[in-house]
Amino acid sequence: MSSQTYSLDVGPTSPLNDREYVGLRELSGPILAVEGIHDVGYNELVEVTDGQGRVRLGMTLEVSRGAAVVQVFEGTAGLRLSDTRVRFRGEPLSVTTSLEILGRVFDGLGRPIDGGPEPVGEQRDVNGLPVNPTARDFPRKFIQTGISAIDGMNTLVRGQKLPIFSGSGLPHRLLVSQITRQAKIVGEDAPFAVVFAGMGIKHDEAMFYLRTFEESGAMQRVAAFLSLADAPSVERLITPRAALTVAEYLAFDAGMHVLVLLTDMTNYCEAVREISTQRQGIPSRKGYPGYLYSDLASIYERAGMLTGRPGSITQVPVVTMPNDDISHPVPDLSGYITEGQIVLERDLHQRGVYPPIAGLPSLSRLMKDGIGEGMTRADHAHLASQLFAGYAKVKEIRALASVIGEEELTPLDNRYLQFGEAFEREFLSQRIDEDRTIEQTLALGWKALSVLPREELHRITEEEYRTYHEQGA
Amino acid sequence: MRDRLIGHVRRVVGPVVEMDGVADAQMLELVYVGADRLVGEVVRLYGEEATIQVYEDTTGLRPGAAVYGSGEPLSVELGPGLVGGIYDGVQRPLDELRRLTGDFVTKGVDAPALDREKRWTFRPSLTAPCDVRGGAVLGVVQETAFLEHRILAPPGVSGRVTEIRPEGEYTVDDVVATVETASGRQEIRLHQKWPVRQGRPYAERLPQTMPLITGQRVLDTLFPVARGGAVVVPGGFGTGKTMVQQALAKWCDADIVVYIGCGERGNEMTGVLTDFPKLVDPRTGRSLMERTILIANTSNMPVAAREASIYTGITIAEYFRDMGYDVAVMADSTSRWAEALRELSGRMEEMPAEEGFPAYLATRLAEFYERAGMVRTLSGQEASITTIGAVSPPGGDFSEPVTQHTKRFIRTFWALDRQLANARHYPAVSWMESYSEYVDDVAGWWGEKTNGEWRELRTGIMSVMQREARLEQVVKLVGADVLPDSQRLVLEAAELFKNAFLQQNAYDAIDAYCGVEKQYLMLKIIVTYYTRGGEAIRRGATLASLRKMKVMRDVMQMKFECGNEDVARLESILTRLEKSIDELANVFARRRSDVTA
Repeated sequence: MSSQTYSLDVGPTSPLNDREYVGLRELSGPILAVEGIHDVGYNELVEVTDGQGRVRLGMTLEVSRGAAVVQVFEGTAGLRLSDTRVRFRGEPLSVTTSLEILGRVFDGLGRPIDGGPEPVGEQRDVNGLPVNPTARDFPRKFIQTGISAIDGMNTLVRGQKLPIFSGSGLPHRLLVSQITRQAKIVGEDAPFAVVFAGMGIKHDEAMFYLRTFEESGAMQRVAAFLSLADAPSVERLITPRAALTVAEYLAFDAGMHVLVLLTDMTNYCEAVREISTQRQGIPSRKGYPGYLYSDLASIYERAGMLTGRPGSITQVPVVTMPNDDISHPVPDLSGYITEGQIVLERDLHQRGVYPPIAGLPSLSRLMKDGIGEGMTRADHAHLASQLFAGYAKVKEIRALASVIGEEELTPLDNRYLQFGEAFEREFLSQRIDEDRTIEQTLALGWKALSVLPREELHRITEEEYRTYHEQGA
Repeated sequence: MRDRLIGHVRRVVGPVVEMDGVADAQMLELVYVGADRLVGEVVRLYGEEATIQVYEDTTGLRPGAAVYGSGEPLSVELGPGLVGGIYDGVQRPLDELRRLTGDFVTKGVDAPALDREKRWTFRPSLTAPCDVRGGAVLGVVQETAFLEHRILAPPGVSGRVTEIRPEGEYTVDDVVATVETASGRQEIRLHQKWPVRQGRPYAERLPQTMPLITGQRVLDTLFPVARGGAVVVPGGFGTGKTMVQQALAKWCDADIVVYIGCGERGNEMTGVLTDFPKLVDPRTGRSLMERTILIANTSNMPVAAREASIYTGITIAEYFRDMGYDVAVMADSTSRWAEALRELSGRMEEMPAEEGFPAYLATRLAEFYERAGMVRTLSGQEASITTIGAVSPPGGDFSEPVTQHTKRFIRTFWALDRQLANARHYPAVSWMESYSEYVDDVAGWWGEKTNGEWRELRTGIMSVMQREARLEQVVKLVGADVLPDSQRLVLEAAELFKNAFLQQNAYDAIDAYCGVEKQYLMLKIIVTYYTRGGEAIRRGATLASLRKMKVMRDVMQMKFECGNEDVARLESILTRLEKSIDELANVFARRRSDVTA
C-alpha cells in the first residue's frame, strides 16, 4: 500500500506536513469534512486546531480516497473552513490506565480537570475489544447492597450489569449512592474501586455524587469521568468508553472489583442520535439509528469476570425513561442487553415509599445463580418467587377494588391487600442509611407473607414453611 | 489458499468497505482486507467497484489497502470435531482463538474450524470398487460415545469409488476415498466445505407427523411442534425467551442441537458453556455438550459476522441432517440478526422499507426458515431440522416487521407474555395468544401414547382456559363472589392448571423435564377434576368442599413429587381423586335428598 499511486486532489485542504492539513471542505454540526488527505484510517484520532490555536479532539467516522469525515468531540463552534488545522494521529482515541487515576476527576475524554498532574501509564484504545465468550467466568457471587428490594428480590451479583430504570424526579441518585456506600461481599475483603461516568448530568448532580464518595471515605478509590450537561454532547460518546477502559485495567490487570456507575445512558443515546441524524443516517425508532443496539452492547457487554483473573466489573447504569415509558427505545434496548433491571415506580414514590422499586417489572437475570444454600439461604429462591406471585395478586385485587369497591372483596382478597400493605411498608421501605443484612431481608419477607394463609403459598415447600414461618410470624 | 489481489479499498464506513480497481471478483466471494487480513464477503459488484461486508472491526483500516480474494464463497468446514465446539459467526473456533490471542477477541486472527492435528478412527462402510452418489455414506467416525459421524460423499459427487482407505486413524485433512466421476477424479477427505448461503440438497420433503418432545408441558401438550417444523418465540425483554430456548436445547429429543447465540449476551453463552457439560442427556446418559454445537456471536462482536451466524448454524445443522439425524436449531435472537441486516443495508445506502429494515427482510427470513423440514436425505434416510427462532420485538410490540414477517414462515407461535413473566409464571407462554398448526399433524402420534385421549383432553382444557378468560372479564367488574359454584369451578380449574401444570420450574431436578406419560396423566388429573367436579357440583357439592379434598395437596405437588418414571403414583392420585369426588358427590346428594325428604 503506497500513497504515491494516487494523486492528491487539490481541494480546499492543503497539506502542512505528513499527517497535518489546513483548510476544511465542510462543517456541519459536530462534523467536519476534509479533502486532499491520504493514508488516514477509520476510527482514527484527530486533533483539530482552530485559528486561535485551541486544540480539540475528534475521530474519523468515514474515510475514503483523499477525504475523511471527522466528528469533533468538543464541538465545532468557532471553527473556520479556511484556517482550521487537522492532524491525524494514526491511532485510535486512548486513555491513560494506571493506579494513579484513582482519586482523580477527568473530563469526558479522560483529561484531568481536578487541577492535578497528567497521570502516567499505559495508553489504551477506549473502544476495547470484545471478550471471548469462552474466557468469561459466569457471575455467581452475591453482592449485598443492604437494600431489601434488591437483595431479596432482584439480587445483584458480581460481574453483572444491572441498570436502574428511573424517571425524572425519581430518587435514583439516592439509590445509586446508597448502593455505592453499602455494596459488599459478606465476609470478604478484596480490593475494590468505583469508576463513575457522568454523561449529560447537571453540575449539582455531579457534585452530589462526588460528595457522596468523599463522605463515605471512598474518594481515594474512585475515578470520575464527567461530561456534564453543558459540555458538547458528542464528547459523551467517548465518556463511558474511557471509563470502562480504565475499569478493565483496574479489574483485569490490577485485580480489583470495580463498580461502574454510568449515568445517564439516555443522555448518551441522545448524542448517538445527534451524530446519526447529522450524517443523515436512516432512523429506526424515534429517530435513533438502527445500530443503537450494537452501540449500547459495546458498552454494557464490558462487564463481567474472566476465568483465572481475580477482578470483576459490575455495572450499574442509570437509564431515565422519557415520560416514564419503559418501551422507549433507550430502556427497551438496554433491557435486551443488560442482565435485568431495577425499575423505579412513580406511584410508590408518591406514596412515600423509598426506595420506590417496582415489585413486578424489576428483575435480576443472574439472581438464580447467586442465591440459595451456601450463598444466601436455601429458602431464598422460593421466598422471592412467592413474594412476586403474591404481589402480582395484590396488583390484580387493587385493580378490582378500584372498580367494585373494597367492601365487595372476599376475605381472602382483603388478606392480600393487607399483605400488599405490609410488603410495601416493611419490606420495600427502608431508610437511606439503613444497611440490612440478607438475613434481615429474608426475615422481613417471611413476616410479610405471614399475613397470607398457608394454602395460598404455592411456591413454598412444607419444610421451608415449618422452618421459617414461625420466624416471620 | 489461492489468494489473489482483486482490488483496493476506496472507502471505509464501519463494517462496510468499498473497493475499486476490481477486475476479478465474484459475488459472495470470501475476501481478506488489508495488512491485518480482515475477513469479509463481496456483497455488491458494480463495474470496477465492489462492496464488501467485513466480519471484523475495521478500526485503522485505510483507503488504498489491498483486498485479496479467496476464490470461494463464505463456507463452513464440516467434519468430525464439530460436536461440543463453540464458534463465532463465521465459524472461527473461540477456544482456539483464546489460546492464540488471549481473553479478548482481536482482529485478523484466523484458525481452522476443525482441529488439523487430531486423529479420528475412520471405519469404511463400503468396499471399493463400487458406485456411489452424492450423500452416500462412505464410512463412519465415532465422534462421541453416542454420535456416529457418517462420512458422506459430498452432494454432486457421483461415480465409482476406486479406492477407500482401510480402518485407521486419520486427520480431517486426510483423503479417505477416491471417486472417479464424469468430470474427473475426486478425492474425498474426512472433512468437506459447504457455502453457508446455499441450502444442502436432499431427495424429497416428507410430511411432519412426529412431535419434537421438549419436556416442557405447555409446549408439548398445548402448542406442539413437529419434527421438521419451524417455531417463533417472540417476547419483550425479561419474558424468558432465552430461558425457553435453553430449556429446549437441554431437553428436546433431537440427536443434535445447534444453538446460535446471535447478538445476545456474552454471559448467556458462558452459562451454556458452564451448564451443559454438567447436564446429563436423559436419553443417552451422557453430557449434553456431546450433542451440542454453539455459535456465539455476542452483541458486542462484529455485526457483519452476526448476519452470517445463522447461516453458519443452519448449514452445520443440514450436514448432520444429511447423516440421518434429527437436528434442532435454536436461533436467539433473529431480531438481532435482522438488525445486523438493517445496519449493513443502511451503511450501503440502500432504500429502506418498514422501520429502516431493507425490503428483502421477508425474503431472507423465508430462506432461513425454509431450511427447516422433514426430508428424505440423498442416502434415503428420514431426517429433520426443527428451527426455533426467538424474536425480540421493540417494546414487546408484536406488530413490528420482524415478528410479522416471521409469522408467515412458521407454523407454531409461542407468544411470551409480560404479565405472566411479571408474576414469575414461567415459562411465560401465553395460552391465549400462542398457536400451533401442527396439532393435527402430531395428534396421531400423541393418540398412540395416550389411549387415544390426547386430542380430547387438550381440547377440554383449552376450552376451560377460554371460558376462564371470558369469566375474568365479569370478575373484573363484579368480583368472583357473585358467580355460582359451577362457574367458579372454571376459574378454580384454570388456576389449578396454571399452577400445577403450566408453570414449570427449570431449576427443579424433577420438574425441569416432564416426560410424555407424565404430561398425559397430569393433564388427565386436572381435566378429571374439572369434569367430575362439575358433576359433583350439579349433584349438590360445594366448590369449597372440592377444594378441601385431601388429594388436592398431592395434585398441587405432583409436578415436583412424581418423577417421570413414577406412573403408578400419578395413577394412584387419579384414582384417589375420582374416588374423593364421588364420595363427596354422594354425601351431598344424600344430604340433599335428606332435606327434600
